[in-house]
Amino acid sequence: MAGFFRKLFGNKKESVKQKQIDMTITAPLLDQKINSIIANQNVKYGVKQLVAGVGQSVGKQREHNEDSVLALTSTIAGSAENVPFGLYIVADGMGGHQFGEVASNAAIRIMGGNITKKFHSYLYNLPTQTLQDSLQEVMEASIMEAHQYVQREAPGSGTTVTAALVLGDQVTIAHVGDSRAYSIYLDGRIEPITRDHSLVKRLEELGHLSKEQAVSFPHRNVLIRALGQGESLEADIFTIPFPNSSILMICSDGLWGVISENDIIRIVTEAPNLHRACHNLVEAANVAGGPDNITVILAQLIG
Amino acid sequence: MGGMGSVYRARDLHFPNVVKLVAVKEMINLAPDPLIRQTIVQNFEREANMLATLNHPAIPRIYDYFSEDNRSYLVLEFIHGKDLESVIGDANGFLPEDQVISWAIQLCDVLEYLHGHKPDPIIFRDMKPSNVMINHNGNVVLVDFGIAKTFQTGQKGTMIGTEGYSPPEQYRGEATPLADLYSMGATLHHAVTRRDPRLEPPFSFAERPVRRINPNISVEFEAVVKTALQYTPTDRFASVTDMKEALMNVARKTGVLSKITYALPVSSGGVKPLWSFKCEDEVRGTPFLHQDNLFIGCYDNNLYALNAVDGQFQWKYPTEGGIVSRPLVYDNNVFFCSEDQRLHVISARSGNVVWTYFTEGKIYSSPRFADGHIFLGSDDQYLHAVNVNSSRAVWKFSADGPIHSTPLVANELIYFGTEAGSMYALDFHGEMKWRFQAKRSITSSPVNKGGAVYAASLDGNLYALDAKNGWTIWKFRLGKGSVSSPAIADDLIFIGAADGFIYCIDIRTSKEVWRFRTDNQVSSSPAVYKDSIYCGSVDGSMYCLEYRTGRLRWKFESQAAITGSPIVFDDIIYFGSTDHHVYALFA
Repeated sequence: MAGFFRKLFGNKKESVKQKQIDMTITAPLLDQKINSIIANQNVKYGVKQLVAGVGQSVGKQREHNEDSVLALTSTIAGSAENVPFGLYIVADGMGGHQFGEVASNAAIRIMGGNITKKFHSYLYNLPTQTLQDSLQEVMEASIMEAHQYVQREAPGSGTTVTAALVLGDQVTIAHVGDSRAYSIYLDGRIEPITRDHSLVKRLEELGHLSKEQAVSFPHRNVLIRALGQGESLEADIFTIPFPNSSILMICSDGLWGVISENDIIRIVTEAPNLHRACHNLVEAANVAGGPDNITVILAQLIG
Repeated sequence: MGGMGSVYRARDLHFPNVVKLVAVKEMINLAPDPLIRQTIVQNFEREANMLATLNHPAIPRIYDYFSEDNRSYLVLEFIHGKDLESVIGDANGFLPEDQVISWAIQLCDVLEYLHGHKPDPIIFRDMKPSNVMINHNGNVVLVDFGIAKTFQTGQKGTMIGTEGYSPPEQYRGEATPLADLYSMGATLHHAVTRRDPRLEPPFSFAERPVRRINPNISVEFEAVVKTALQYTPTDRFASVTDMKEALMNVARKTGVLSKITYALPVSSGGVKPLWSFKCEDEVRGTPFLHQDNLFIGCYDNNLYALNAVDGQFQWKYPTEGGIVSRPLVYDNNVFFCSEDQRLHVISARSGNVVWTYFTEGKIYSSPRFADGHIFLGSDDQYLHAVNVNSSRAVWKFSADGPIHSTPLVANELIYFGTEAGSMYALDFHGEMKWRFQAKRSITSSPVNKGGAVYAASLDGNLYALDAKNGWTIWKFRLGKGSVSSPAIADDLIFIGAADGFIYCIDIRTSKEVWRFRTDNQVSSSPAVYKDSIYCGSVDGSMYCLEYRTGRLRWKFESQAAITGSPIVFDDIIYFGSTDHHVYALFA
């Protein structure tokens, strides 16, 4: 690799006030040489492809679907390179009078709208000015606006939100409640990215419940933080590199609370593609009783 | 009878934004008689007051104490680490002699401090491996002062202490500084032989000479342990100072600890430099260490080569301008830039010129070496890529302003900031990949981790930018602008700012973890070493902070502002000050 760069830099004498003086030196290369250079590199196609699948089901025991989902996959065309862009949100609403649906729906639309508005000119127009806000600020502002809307329009209700904004190789997560984001590694590991804001998790973290006790804890569905609940909202917002050779999964508790992590890994790694994997995950949760609404998004960065 | 003690790890809620662990020692007062109970509380509070007056790095700091109902609490500095008993138990075989000697000298140092306490000496009285913590720095900390007692001559002490480590006279109710020496000897004996004295008949060390159990130990060290363990107090060392001296002699003789023979860090008198060297003008640059030689530039226009061990002058190389740029060594040549507009390349051994490279502006940026090329920015507004073999530029990139920031080479890209407020990413052809615009200049030199680059701007923000495309991942608002370059350890990023604070920020969430106030602007860039960060301030001090908590470990006051950045190597920190000196201290 170093030799390759040396070749590109060249050793030619500096000519005054002229940029890129050495650009001619590498040409012409023999075919043989080019092939050996290519053989020495990991094959990169330059553009990374973001692909995603979605699955959703009311489940077998509920009449309403209080889960909402948004999955948007695109690329931002750039002069130097095309930057993968993805926005994935799962929200699981709660509260009487069908307000749960209102809350999760509103959260998805307001957050989705807000975030895509920020990137609208990059995606569809020519940007006239650069984005002033950082990605974390965009997420924060969007989740706060959704929070205020739900408080105003659907009082008493609330919703979980787990949102992932993929831009290039970075994933910025905004998270509140007990929907989850995971990295599923192709070598058969699964790692949670988010931390539940639930009573059971809190008790577990404080050492009052063991992992075994937590599984059978009667108030497993009690959240200690939710969008729409409480005066101020403290969401977890952070950025991580898109996990290497892994699949990003976002899902509601209708999935993670019903089938085991091992089943999730098996289904995802055995499926021929992400769409089929989503479908099979939802199926598996329904076969296991389907006690709650089920929502899952899988996303992968290829290349 | 007295009190039961237990120790908790707790979090100080006075500072909700600071993750600061403290140890809370709880004493349950079981005495039924209210008068005795009161006495116990008084004793406890006396201990607390006594502890609060102590100031030594090997003694935990005391923050607070209070009593409630029948319980009393002592809030102490929490020591991250492991006690010596576990260290001995967990070790695979014997601990190395030089390691034990180094700890022994530190233990002598703290006993010296206690025995020298005024008005009355303090006898620790319970020296044993489980009361010696080895912290993350590998340094000893003496814990559990539960029975430490102000010594008054002639007064008989109460009989407390762990059998096996206690000297014979302690069983007769006497406690003198020489008792601590015996316990030290017993502790060292345990450490090098792995034989627990509590499982052996009392005072039977003489039957178990160190070298019969562990032949790797030197004759000299065995002799020190033997002297400390003498049955009759007067046959031991006359004082802990003598014992320390004897240990130092062993260290010198066996050659294991050539570095320890200098002063040990921090006694009550503060941090003393290992050495210092005086130049003829301000030292604002950052040094570079290469094979026992320290290279540093100065505003007297010279680049100095000093012996890193003792600060001896080796040679100097004159340029025609001040030098703020950090040198680097490649292939036995020193590369550095000067305000005389040149990149100088000189022999690291002789200080003779090898070649020079001219730009058309003053150079404040430090050279960066990658893939056979030197990258540097100049006030001529170009980023120069210079081939080290041909000593010629292979390309120059025209930026939007002077470049003071030091280029970062990572992910096959070159990142640097400009005084016009841009951050550029160039590929190896000198083609721009992306550009980010801050509101004011970016003098700070970028660092990278996990697909992001980080740099501060004079606009008062620390930026996290996507390394591939320049998107702002997050920005953190500093109190004022910053020319300091960030440093990263674990998931934490550290930076100084003109508001006088050193900040620690969580790299994933962009939330502040702690901030530390100095008395003037912080232009210096923090350096991370082990579990500490080191950073200078315009207030003239070099600060050593525990990096997880921001707690001050020590500070060293020079005579003028410190704007350069320190480097730390092998437990020694090197830096320059505008008081014209280059300093070397124990980290």
